[in-house]
Amino acid sequence: MKKSYEAELDCANCARKVQEAILKDPRVKFCSVNYMSQKITLEADDADFDDVVKMAADCVRKVDPDCEMII
Amino acid sequence: MKYKMTRKQKKMLRRIIIAACLLVAFTIIKVVFSQIPWPVFLALFLIPYVIIGYDVIRTAVINIIHGQLLDEKFLMAIASIGAIATGEFPEAVAVILFFQVGELFESIAVGRTRKSVAALMDIRPDYANLIITDADGLEKEETVSPEEVNVGSIIVIKPGEKIPLDGIITEGTTTVNTSALTGESLPQDMAPGDKVISGTLNLTGVCRVRTSGIYSESTVARILELVENSSENKAQAENFITRFAHWYTPVVVIAALLLAVVPPLFLGIANGEVWSTWVGRALVFLVVSCPCALVVSVPLSFFSGIGGASREGILIKGANYLEALSKADTVVFDKTGTLTKGAFAVDDIHPNEISRAELLDIAALAESYSSHPIAVSVIQAHHDHLDKNRVGDVREIAGKGVCAMIDGDSYYVGNGSLMDEIGAAWHECHLTGTIIHVARISSGSCEYLGHIIVNDEIKAESEEAIEELHKVGIDKTVMLTGDKEDIAGNVAKKLKLTEYYAKLLPEDKVERVKELMAKGARTVFVGDGINDAPVLATADVGIAMGAMGSDAAIESADIVLMDDDPLKIAKAVRIARKTMTIVKENIVFSLAVKAVILILGALGIANMWLAVFGDVGVLVLAILNSLRCFRIISGKK
Repeated sequence: MKKSYEAELDCANCARKVQEAILKDPRVKFCSVNYMSQKITLEADDADFDDVVKMAADCVRKVDPDCEMII
Repeated sequence: MKYKMTRKQKKMLRRIIIAACLLVAFTIIKVVFSQIPWPVFLALFLIPYVIIGYDVIRTAVINIIHGQLLDEKFLMAIASIGAIATGEFPEAVAVILFFQVGELFESIAVGRTRKSVAALMDIRPDYANLIITDADGLEKEETVSPEEVNVGSIIVIKPGEKIPLDGIITEGTTTVNTSALTGESLPQDMAPGDKVISGTLNLTGVCRVRTSGIYSESTVARILELVENSSENKAQAENFITRFAHWYTPVVVIAALLLAVVPPLFLGIANGEVWSTWVGRALVFLVVSCPCALVVSVPLSFFSGIGGASREGILIKGANYLEALSKADTVVFDKTGTLTKGAFAVDDIHPNEISRAELLDIAALAESYSSHPIAVSVIQAHHDHLDKNRVGDVREIAGKGVCAMIDGDSYYVGNGSLMDEIGAAWHECHLTGTIIHVARISSGSCEYLGHIIVNDEIKAESEEAIEELHKVGIDKTVMLTGDKEDIAGNVAKKLKLTEYYAKLLPEDKVERVKELMAKGARTVFVGDGINDAPVLATADVGIAMGAMGSDAAIESADIVLMDDDPLKIAKAVRIARKTMTIVKENIVFSLAVKAVILILGALGIANMWLAVFGDVGVLVLAILNSLRCFRIISGKK
């Protein structure tokens, strides 16, 4: 499954760091964190998807406490 | 367009102004009354420091807990605390102040660009006026969301409304503005039977449209999906920056640590003066440790470039394609539908002992029951009324032509081999194209009446388009076609193409493109996107033309031209080149300034003020430069 989520990313470097953090998870097949469109696109197996989304939201919070991924 | 700041941005602006005023005031006091003891100044400068920096400090602390040590906010906090420790209070405030100015600027610039690109793509229809017939047969109009409309429903479109779904006009005439999709500002007249495209704007009349598909398969939904996903495909330049940023910050921070510790070990481990000098120089490193200018300006340039292109009706599916297009040196065209109109037209009529009108009359009558494109062109050339009563039996001779009884005589209309078969005294034409010969057999004798030359018309813009491509530095323009050698050669000569290949089967086209690429050519293929999907996928960049209303083309191509104007190809190349130039300028400029600050900082020439100005200055200039991608392109014809 592949889906996009909105996230109020504050800076381009934070977006890069969020992407790196999410991609560390082996369950993530594709991830693109986009500062320009303020979007996080995730792809993972259907079975893992909910967990992956939670993990991604955690990564966002860790990198930038001011930023929230809207699930 | 005027940009309205968000609440978050306004709050930050107020904090910046207050802190800046206090900073200036206290610095003046410090200079004038330098005899006041330092704890007083520390207390004074802490006021603007807290006003401007509380969130930076807070985030820094949270990040330490999360183990994010190389966060730029953490580094800024360290740099400013270090400045306080070495007694440089104004510098401490300035570091945080300018850091915030940079962040605010970044946020406003990106917000603005996002808004203006979104405005260009403001084609999403909000509602549809659906006609519902109730049990009594009475018609009622209901406003529904476009997603709820089924195929074959009737919808009403009023003046000033966006057309919500693809369909065919059943009632009413109007004019439609397609500029949001094609960049073409001239409105088009529409009448019953015409196809309307979702996302375009209905200007003048009320009309009824029978929908031909559901919303999720409509042109507008596909385009929006394409545009929204376009930033997922990142260019090499972007990936380079990502990799660079990954290493840049740790390296600079380690260098700062070494700079703070190593020289004092040799120059005087017990000397406080030496320590504060080198720690001060290390702090300069920390100030320029954020790769922000690069990390924001590169994607911002691509985003602006893609946004500017979409205004021209050029949809680019990702920054990687923009990058590939900028490097292209060979453009390969499919002939039919790309360089030519894909519709045949009568070029000339060469009668043999009868008048031109008579020859055309006979040919048109004989072909009047055929729907073959060549037959249609002959019928269209015959402007007068065709009296089909004159036509008797019509027999098709497969691959050769037709035999028709007209006014009691049998006429043969077709190619050379048909003429040979019936023994007509025909001859070749000196013109190139598809030749339709006409012969009559009456009372046993065969008489050759002449021939009609039919050609696929070259688009009016094609010649200029090729010229433009050569002008922007495309060395090779190649045409691929399944047509005969002489027809292909003729078109290639007229358009001044550098190469052409004729008599190709669809799979041969893929082979030709592969051959070109094997020779190292960076190849762009331009087709109509309908039956050349494999070639579009093979080439470095596949461009589909005339995509408005063709779903297949939107799916298979990397770059989609909404209308079928070949001039847009050169324009797309130009946009790609300009964007890449700006990207490179930003990379080189930002890196150079950072490097200079680092060197001067290590030597003790650059102080913290210079570092802060340099860092934020680079960010601001790089962002402004990125925005040129958008402005130049949209302003220039």
